Amino acid sequence: MHGMGAAIRCRDLKKTYDGKVEAVRGLDLSIQPGECFGLLGPNGAGKTTTIEILEGLLEPTSGEVEILGMTWPGHERELREWLGISLQETRLSEKLTVRETIELFASFYHHPASVDNVLEEMSLTEKSSARVGTLSGGQRQRLAVATALVGNPKILFLDEPTTGLDPQSRRQLWEIVRQFQQRRGTVLLTTHYMDEAERLCDRLAIIDQGRTIAEGTPAELIAGLSGHHVVEFAVHGGNGAGDEFWARLPGVQAVRSEDGFFALQVDEPHHTIPALLEAVQRQNAQLAHLTTRQASLEDVFVHLTGRHLREE
Amino acid sequence: MPVNGRWAGYWALLGARMKELWREPEVIFWVFVFPLLLALGLGIAFRNKPADVTPVAVVSNTHAQSVIELLQRSPARSSIHADVLDEKTAFDRFRLGQYSLVVTSDDNGLHYRYDPARPESVLARSQVDDALQTAAGRSSAVKTETTQSSEPGARYIDFLIPGLLGMNLMNSGMWGIGFAVVDMRQRKLLKRFVASPMRRTDFLLALGSSRLVLMIIEVALLLGFGVLAFRMKVEGSLLAILFVAALGAICFGGVGLLTASRAQKIESVSGLINLVMMPMWIFSGVFFSYERFPQIIQPLIKALPLTALNDALRAIILQGDSLASQWVPLAVMAAWGGLSFVIALKWFRWS
Repeated sequence: MHGMGAAIRCRDLKKTYDGKVEAVRGLDLSIQPGECFGLLGPNGAGKTTTIEILEGLLEPTSGEVEILGMTWPGHERELREWLGISLQETRLSEKLTVRETIELFASFYHHPASVDNVLEEMSLTEKSSARVGTLSGGQRQRLAVATALVGNPKILFLDEPTTGLDPQSRRQLWEIVRQFQQRRGTVLLTTHYMDEAERLCDRLAIIDQGRTIAEGTPAELIAGLSGHHVVEFAVHGGNGAGDEFWARLPGVQAVRSEDGFFALQVDEPHHTIPALLEAVQRQNAQLAHLTTRQASLEDVFVHLTGRHLREE
Repeated sequence: MPVNGRWAGYWALLGARMKELWREPEVIFWVFVFPLLLALGLGIAFRNKPADVTPVAVVSNTHAQSVIELLQRSPARSSIHADVLDEKTAFDRFRLGQYSLVVTSDDNGLHYRYDPARPESVLARSQVDDALQTAAGRSSAVKTETTQSSEPGARYIDFLIPGLLGMNLMNSGMWGIGFAVVDMRQRKLLKRFVASPMRRTDFLLALGSSRLVLMIIEVALLLGFGVLAFRMKVEGSLLAILFVAALGAICFGGVGLLTASRAQKIESVSGLINLVMMPMWIFSGVFFSYERFPQIIQPLIKALPLTALNDALRAIILQGDSLASQWVPLAVMAAWGGLSFVIALKWFRWS
């Protein structure tokens, strides 16, 4: 029915609160059917504002939004039937049971999914008669996603779906998202976890201060970084060489230092590391720490903004 | 694949609301138990007591027996209790308040000892004197006749029960709608609902309907309690009472919705609800008649929705008046409810 064109599209999206705070400053997105698309960025980057505009819950100050080829004004009832939405931190009624909660949301849709199937898929069957108030964080989050999936949506919106969850609950949720995608569902999610973005998303937009600063597949974004390997080390003694000294080593594309640790972005670690060891020796210093790893989205973000995704 | 009809959402919302209320012990207490306890407590405190029996000491001597015999012959014998005691004991116990009067009879006639500072003692003197004189053959100079009046319908408890019913409908309407809405807004549940295809009108209808269901239970409990525990007589038709109560419940539901239309936090709406209700607790004649307030503010008092509700309930329950005769208070309630609802819808924030 809506096979042609993008599932979600927005052009030059802007949102200004109270005429002052510019939360979103000109965002363009085009998300294809069947894609899992991630908005990655630190807190306050404008991710939630963006996703809530796309969900039709906030009015943009300017710009165009099309969901499944339709605009929000004039098609709200129709669109709501096709979307599954999980907001950031919704606290569902604690006095209702898991099943009652899913049944309540199912009643809002013309053609809901079977409640039993949804319970099964979310691994909530055992908890179906438990009160929401007694659930763990991971179970509550799965229930929140269940209330979004019970409408048989074409597009699933997830705002920070795994924030505050333990690793096992996070993996369980990722699995649910993948299953939804296998049924040709489109997913738009926001996250500030780079591992989540890397493993789950087909494509990403890295958002900072209301703008897209990079877009592509996780592999493309990392490959776009000059130097896809990171060599991290720390030294004792020596003459306290700084960033500039280490930047002169062969094959080093960029240097960052933090708390006495240095991180070198390099293309070929097997050329850089021997030179690094030699340099340490020449300075009469000792290596206190040495690791090498593949560059991550975090490195991309730090490279682009000079800041970390999770600022403490 | 299941297919939902037009009203599936409404029924599911109403069902969920009723389950939530039923599983909230505080709601059960405040809506159902508290008004009954209040009625019971006030009903007992202000019950119409039978006239007290007057305790009288008769000083023991040769004439004492004839005094007792005279008292037993008098028409007032059931309200006078006389004991024969020696003089010292009689005076001691009189001083302690156990007896209201000491009667000494000797050859010169009767002698009463009483305390003019104790009302019951003054009363006892004239009561006993009257009883003895009548029994001894005195006839009244003027013929008199008396009728006792303490019929159901005119007692304090009869006045109180409709007032409590009105107050309860106000309380549960304001809290049941106002508090619930802000709680759901604070939990972002309202926002989650409007992110689904739920119809907003269904949500409001379900909230209102849940109030009507509770209203029926509230009316049945309080009136049933009045009838069973205090032998209260319900003069008007039950249908008329339910109609007035339903209008009251909807009226305060509307006011509650208005109070809650923008508040983001439970704390702020709680203050607001109390602020709105306080004048009505005082002025609307729940516990005592508002006629006691100065004439000049009477029109203001009568314009309050709770005054209108209480007036209509009392007229129908206690006097058996018709609905039509109560059109003024009914119109006052409809105006409050309707106006609040329209403004609330205009101001309402779902997030």
